[in-house]
Amino acid sequence: MVQLTLPKNSRITTGKTWPRPEGATNVRKFQIYRWNPDDGQNPRVDTYFVDMDECGPMVLDALIKIKNEIDPTLTFRRSCREGICGSCAMNIDGINTLACIYGMDEIKGDVKIYPLPHMPVVKDLIPDLTHFYAQHASIMPWLETKTNRPAKEWKQSIEDRKKLDGLYECVMCASCSTSCPSYWWNGDRYLGPAALLHAYRWIIDSRDEATGERLDQLEDPFKLYRCHTIMNCAKTCPKGLNPAKAIAEIKKMMVERTV
Amino acid sequence: MADVNRGNRPLSPHLTIYRPQLTSVTSILTRITGNAMIVAALLIVWWFLAAATSPEYFETVDGIITSMFGDLIMALSLWGLWYHTLAGVRHLIWDNAIGLDLPTAYKLGWAVVIGSFVLTVLTLLIIA
Repeated sequence: MVQLTLPKNSRITTGKTWPRPEGATNVRKFQIYRWNPDDGQNPRVDTYFVDMDECGPMVLDALIKIKNEIDPTLTFRRSCREGICGSCAMNIDGINTLACIYGMDEIKGDVKIYPLPHMPVVKDLIPDLTHFYAQHASIMPWLETKTNRPAKEWKQSIEDRKKLDGLYECVMCASCSTSCPSYWWNGDRYLGPAALLHAYRWIIDSRDEATGERLDQLEDPFKLYRCHTIMNCAKTCPKGLNPAKAIAEIKKMMVERTV
Repeated sequence: MADVNRGNRPLSPHLTIYRPQLTSVTSILTRITGNAMIVAALLIVWWFLAAATSPEYFETVDGIITSMFGDLIMALSLWGLWYHTLAGVRHLIWDNAIGLDLPTAYKLGWAVVIGSFVLTVLTLLIIA
């Protein structure tokens, strides 16, 4: 359901302002969401100052610098630092993206960083993605076949393989789903853009033989049809994919198979 | 992950920190104009109902609806009607799974916004 305000335990307070680096001339202000599960307090926004002359160009570079040099308790996920693992997805400057491939030159003014929106927070910038992953698992993200296994491999024409471009590149960072107001209000039952993009990726795979079952499974007022083409998903995707289009294609297939 | 403090996890902020996008603003406006037009329709029904009741009652209601305030409500409703219609056409296009790439979606969005104002002014010029 639509709930515009945050629950009592989630209201954000003003946090600590950490000292400025001494002697630095090119300093940038960072405002970062913090929540510690162990101190029993509400979330807060801490202020940090980073010397840009001594820092790499990406937001993740600044976060690592803060963790290394200012505040070792700052907690966030990161791994590949090149936009392929999807770990460092967070809300930066009002949109969801990967900190490792988002340049600080793209941000005007102070750098504001929050965890992915409308998610339970594990600590600081780390959201709990358990439900998000369960939804992905529910769309059967694998090749379903009924015919006998071929001697060598499941073949696919070049044209059919092309249909998967723009779908298979998804790294499951959850930026799109957590940018979607429909997912905010109905995320318990609406599958969200990421899971639906994956659903479509298997629905149109020429080798898959469970297309009907896959569509049956999505024929539901919430799972698929809570998408109202708000398009925050496509706008925010750090990989430049378009879940809104994938969802529209599924809706179209739903209509086509009944007429 | 161990089951540490799973019950008390805060909800991360959403609406207040997410930057509005052209597509999200045009989407919520579609819903707002759709609901606001119910109010406008009720006003018009009230007007007709008054006309069918008695000359005195009609005079009162007509006075309200054709007052400056009434004109403002009706002009805004006219914009709402045009906006909602154009947004509906955009949804019809999208239902065919076309026009969903971001450049086209943005063009359609601006077309709905600008189109609704142009058509409102044109309608006002013709009927007023």
